[in-house]
Amino acid sequence: MFFPISGAHISPIYLVIVGFLVGILGGFFGVGGSFIAGPALRLVGLDWNFAVGTDLAHIVGKSVVAAKRHRALGNVDLRLGLIMAIGTIAGAEAGAQLIQMLKRAGNVNLIVSIVAIVVYLSISAFMLWESQKTLRSQKRRSSKEKVKGPIAKRDRSAFGPTTRTIQRLKIWPMIALPTSGVKAISLWMILLVAFVGGVFGGFLGGGAGYIRMPSMVYVLGIPTHLAVGTDLFEIIISASYGTFTHAIKGNVDILIALVMHTGAAIGAQIGAISTQYFAGPKIRLAFVPLPLIGAVIVIYTLFTGHKL
Amino acid sequence: MKQETAKTLRAFAIELGIYAVLVTGYFFLVLHLLGGWLYGLEVHHRYTYAGVAILLIIGQAVVLESVTTFLLRLIGGRSE
Repeated sequence: MFFPISGAHISPIYLVIVGFLVGILGGFFGVGGSFIAGPALRLVGLDWNFAVGTDLAHIVGKSVVAAKRHRALGNVDLRLGLIMAIGTIAGAEAGAQLIQMLKRAGNVNLIVSIVAIVVYLSISAFMLWESQKTLRSQKRRSSKEKVKGPIAKRDRSAFGPTTRTIQRLKIWPMIALPTSGVKAISLWMILLVAFVGGVFGGFLGGGAGYIRMPSMVYVLGIPTHLAVGTDLFEIIISASYGTFTHAIKGNVDILIALVMHTGAAIGAQIGAISTQYFAGPKIRLAFVPLPLIGAVIVIYTLFTGHKL
Repeated sequence: MKQETAKTLRAFAIELGIYAVLVTGYFFLVLHLLGGWLYGLEVHHRYTYAGVAILLIIGQAVVLESVTTFLLRLIGGRSE
């Protein structure tokens, strides 16, 4: 199939399959999946600028489907999502400026690659340690007492005491997030988490859900299922903004995004529904390979000089 | 349990089949017709193109979500 906007010839079946796979990941983990979709589009010869912009447009559609499904399951905190969108957009702009600064200094590729590898490996290692520790302690607890309630609603974290300390920081204004079960937390803490996620998104590319989703769980104390759903809702706003800015620069082939999204729509639904069958720590444990894939892609790029 | 899984898989396969037919029709009818117009818009009116692009992807997302939900409900209802 010929796509006149980017001038590329790509099989629609390939695009639908890529969309479907990324859709499942997005619906289940609350990530955009740009670390897979971007290289997959590059693999069939799409220019890098079009791969980035088109992927963002496809992320918007996929997140709408997954967030709608998560909302129906009660997994979206609208108030938190809207606040985070502000921080993410500001952070993305700061990240993009940082890239421009490094470009002027002439060492952008090396610095971005090293930062990305360190961040990805740290997230994976930390989540592996935390989710396993939580699962072990849950096993011990469940052998002593029978836990009531559906699997999906039981969510504990070995990082809980640190999270509670963060929640106790009284930096005005304090807000409540009743949907997420957070009685009071500083607005600045939420904005900071979103801003940092946005900076990484602008700095490393993509939506940076692999940083934001864990941060929401460990720093803000949001239950995993709500973090996934809310992150997807937040991605709709921030990725729409990114799509608009990329489209006016001529980096978006919306026809490719629309075809990819037909696969993503069904994948995102499957991913979102699947979260109901897994407890929070198990979702976090399954999340561990995702940043590792990102790290492998960056290492490959660093050593070969080819952007996937 | 096995019976339930088989039922879910069968429902899913039916849904995928119906969905594939709908999507194929969509490719040839809608995208083919929209292609030329969107290309013109992208070349001559970038800001309008950016707005239309977002509206299209969100619109498609809402419609496809409704279609898949409807199919799931329809197939689920019949298999019960």
